[in-house]
Amino acid sequence: MTALAVKNLFHDKVRLSVTLTGIIFALVLIAVQFGLFLGFLETSANIVTRSGVDLWVTAPGLPHVNGGSAQPERRRYKILALQGVAKAEPYLLSFANWKLPSGAKESVQVVGYDLDSGLGGPSSLIAGSADGLRGDDTVIIDEHYRRKLGVTALAQTGEINGVRARVAGYTSGMLSFTTAPYVFTSFKHAQKYMKLPQSQTIFIVVKLAGGADPQVVKRSIAAALPDCQVFTNGEMAWKTQSYWVFSTGAGITTLMGAVLGLLVGMVVVAQTIYAATVDHLREFGTLKAMGAANRYIYRVIVEQAVLSASMGYAVAIIVSLLVVNAARSGDAPILLPATVAAGLFGLAVLMCVAASVISIRKATQIDPAMVFRA
Amino acid sequence: MDAIIQIRDLIKRYGSGAGEVRALERIDLDVWPGEVLVLMGPSGSGKTTLISIMGCILRATSGSVKVSGREIVGLPESDLPRVRLQHFGFVFQGFNLFPALTARENVEIALDLKRLPRQHARLRAQTLLAHVGLGEKAQRHPADLSGGEKQRVAIARALAGDPPVVLADEPTAALDSTSGKTVMNILSGLAHERGRAVVIVTHDPRVLAYADRVVRIADGRIASEAEDATEMVS
Repeated sequence: MTALAVKNLFHDKVRLSVTLTGIIFALVLIAVQFGLFLGFLETSANIVTRSGVDLWVTAPGLPHVNGGSAQPERRRYKILALQGVAKAEPYLLSFANWKLPSGAKESVQVVGYDLDSGLGGPSSLIAGSADGLRGDDTVIIDEHYRRKLGVTALAQTGEINGVRARVAGYTSGMLSFTTAPYVFTSFKHAQKYMKLPQSQTIFIVVKLAGGADPQVVKRSIAAALPDCQVFTNGEMAWKTQSYWVFSTGAGITTLMGAVLGLLVGMVVVAQTIYAATVDHLREFGTLKAMGAANRYIYRVIVEQAVLSASMGYAVAIIVSLLVVNAARSGDAPILLPATVAAGLFGLAVLMCVAASVISIRKATQIDPAMVFRA
Repeated sequence: MDAIIQIRDLIKRYGSGAGEVRALERIDLDVWPGEVLVLMGPSGSGKTTLISIMGCILRATSGSVKVSGREIVGLPESDLPRVRLQHFGFVFQGFNLFPALTARENVEIALDLKRLPRQHARLRAQTLLAHVGLGEKAQRHPADLSGGEKQRVAIARALAGDPPVVLADEPTAALDSTSGKTVMNILSGLAHERGRAVVIVTHDPRVLAYADRVVRIADGRIASEAEDATEMVS
């Protein structure tokens, strides 16, 4: 790295602070907006992505996982007879009302699954156990929603659609995208809560035998049950995510927020780096007059940009992680996976270098009057 | 002895059509090693344009400019930095030092351009600063130096690459008479003791006392040329 690049950057502390503040602001804005969008995607389909299910069989016309309609449960026997299928179980996911101790009602999503297979059951249990759901009228809720549902302790009772529900455990991090928390229970209890006939289910969820190709089995099921729709787990997750993202105002708003965050961030970084480079234009002109080739000047400018990006990123990632951590206690999680954090560094370098490249044109198109003027 | 710079029929125009400005018209000029050549003339007469073309910073519209016998008019843009690096040292009215670098680093950067190893560059920069009387102030930043000292650092930097020609634009304009004298003594010494060609663009009549030749430019043309500076003053 050239001494000029490093020293130019650190010589004017105020300018450096302004530059870094601009970069940090832009990167945190991008990280938070994009993290919100990722959190939106994750929570909108987490009931699918964390289910452990390989294939979902539904009645036709399903808009998203939360919008299924009833179908005969006996269809699962046809599915079980197909090659490559290890398990085929009934599964219920439906909105219901939870009655609080105060008498007020909150919307919940009842998740009924087969306790023996565990397919589609709760993950990340932090209190109680899935076996607790074998008791009468027992449910598991997420600890995040205890206050919302008026639950202060395990074994406390509430009501779902007027039927008693006793809390047998808590999950962690099973946030709901809608305002209705997930309430896990056995499939049989769920049928009772939802007043669904015993012969009906919403989904039939399939676990494949080892080595079976999901697409092959999907086609077999579709052929055996022409009145049904079959989705792989990935397809169901994307169907749900794309519904919430593209068909609702909330999704579009979050997406626009992420895109705007990126655009505003890019403009802030471009303006900041451009101004910092143009401040040194006379020096680059002098270098050129002294016989520096354009590539030497490019090197100095790009090195300054990369150094600025690296320092800005280091602070921005710390601030972003603090924001992500603070958001954990809220209803809108912000996700910052390692790949995104790494991508953000690449973006920071790219934005800073791109902004400096714009100013490079100015630096290399020397006006001799400028170099010779006092 | 051959002229280090040989200019023939040089024309420089800016713009085109009705907005065309004729900056230089049919200039013929030789610059010799070991001489102090002073270019004088009113503002806008074309002095800076001429020194810019001599220094390969600006391109001529037509004519011939030879540096050490090599034609530079028509050279591709990418070749010009190398010509500047090998043949010219520049001294500017505004010093044009890098404020973030110390005096020594300001000189070193010229050697970095020539890809001299860092250790050698440091030693040579120190020697050059000592030559202009600033050996003790090598670690100071430009902000901590007087105008005369800054200009001496600029001269040391101009000499770093050991160029045969030093082009100086108003080197004494921002200096008091004592500092101006010191700077001119150094520039004059470069020509007379070290055989370099020193071309100075100036309005400052104090510089004439050091000139071997004075060329007066007016309206883009050489208006007069005198070997004796007193002749020019009169």
